Amino acid sequence: MFFESRPIYPLVQQAQRPVVKRLIRPLIWSLRRLLVSLRDLAPIILVIAFFQIVVLQQPFPNLAGVTVGLLCVVGGLSLFMQGLEYGLFPLGDTLAQSFARKRSLLALLSFAFCLGFGATVAEPALIAIAEEAAKVASEAGAILDDDGSRSSYAFNLRMVVALSVGIAVLIGVLRILKGWPIHRLIIGGYLLVTLMTIFAPPEIVGVAYDSGGVTTSTMTVPLVTALGVGLATSIRGRNPLVDGFGIIALASLTPMICVMAYGIVI
Amino acid sequence: MSEGFFDILWSTLLSTLQDVVPIVAVLAFFQLVVLRRRLPHPRRMIVGFGFVLAGLALFLIGLEQALFPIGETMARQLTAPEMLGTLGAAGEIDWRNYLLIYAFAAAIGFATTVAEPALIAVAMKAEEVSGGAIKSWGLRIAVALGVAIGVSLGCFRIVTGTPLPWYIIAAYIVVIIQTFRASKTIVPLAYDSGGVTTSTVTVPVVAALGLGLAASIPGRSPLIDGFGLIAFASVFPIMTVLAYSFISTHITSRRTRRIQRGSD
Repeated sequence: MFFESRPIYPLVQQAQRPVVKRLIRPLIWSLRRLLVSLRDLAPIILVIAFFQIVVLQQPFPNLAGVTVGLLCVVGGLSLFMQGLEYGLFPLGDTLAQSFARKRSLLALLSFAFCLGFGATVAEPALIAIAEEAAKVASEAGAILDDDGSRSSYAFNLRMVVALSVGIAVLIGVLRILKGWPIHRLIIGGYLLVTLMTIFAPPEIVGVAYDSGGVTTSTMTVPLVTALGVGLATSIRGRNPLVDGFGIIALASLTPMICVMAYGIVI
Repeated sequence: MSEGFFDILWSTLLSTLQDVVPIVAVLAFFQLVVLRRRLPHPRRMIVGFGFVLAGLALFLIGLEQALFPIGETMARQLTAPEMLGTLGAAGEIDWRNYLLIYAFAAAIGFATTVAEPALIAVAMKAEEVSGGAIKSWGLRIAVALGVAIGVSLGCFRIVTGTPLPWYIIAAYIVVIIQTFRASKTIVPLAYDSGGVTTSTVTVPVVAALGLGLAASIPGRSPLIDGFGLIAFASVFPIMTVLAYSFISTHITSRRTRRIQRGSD
């Protein structure tokens, strides 16, 4: 599997290298990747070990299991980063380029909406938070206290959040095409959030604020970022740094607005 | 490991798949039906996709096996009244008794953010796009500092019981002021890093901390006060990233000025 992890571009030169070099280089490469992951995880290990041993003064429970788990985490993070450079980032770039070449606004915008909606609708964290919210709402008396109305409330909430993320990605892509400055959109969104906080029922405010953070999953972020940066790169007059980022920010703002709006309407 | 390792592996892989299938369906539909263009390196991209999927599943299994149980138990033990020594003063809540909690919140917020895969992805892209002007590691440290400040302030809010919107709206005002003073290139990235921080690693541990803290303090309800830490963790990174860019451009411009003066 790690034979795949040699750098992508100098394939031609590599074919002419001696066999030993071709075997050793990917090995060193994947070792380096593992070390980087270990460095990323070192703070968590240190913090937990410090508080466990020095502050709480307890031994580590189940040391063998923890070690195996940590090895999984390190290996998983390395694979994930390798996969980003290999699959997700190039895929986002390619899609952005093909859409830019196709010059069909409708196709691009419907893709943006579907991507945002699809990425959010099955997100496990969102399902959990929607069920939690239904419980809170039934205790507060906003909806009937039975399983049917609770599950329909949770389902509607999930759909509201997924729709709002779809709209956010759509607006984000439109912004890149038009070159609107992001801060106007975001500050406008903040004002709307502030305004709606005043009018929304208090029990939905906490859920609304949290739903903003939950929507941006680990799978969606690299893809959406690569798409935005790719679009900003392939459209003339756009700077990838100024225009390419910002979709994620919108995607974590619109759910707050839409969930509070849902709370007001219900 | 009480359950069989392979059972856990299987169920985690399934839930990761459930998360990924709609995305793949959208991608495949647009690629095959709308764009109708062949992918340049289909094999490599599929392998890369598989790497991401397998890596994410393995990462989550490891976290659930190793880190989350300890982190959650620790949050519960640290917030227990016996640990805090506040049992005698029932009804009287002094926020100074909770210094240990704020320290733990800051440390764990920082540490989990550094390991957040989504943030790593954005930071990698930012370094690539900026041609190295924005350092991936520097950006991640700035975001992690923001989460640390945010989570420990969020714990302070739970202890004192002050309303959540005040803090968030005050933070928004600071962000708006900073936006107008910051350079145009960093603003979108800073806003993005706010949404990115609260993902796979940070949310479970931080939520456990908030719920534990709210449950152990008399007069706080876990339902109302326990949530909201996540909102703190996604606003404060915007501030620290804007501050990081402000400081780093300040230093570079001073250095170039000094070099210019030296060459005159």
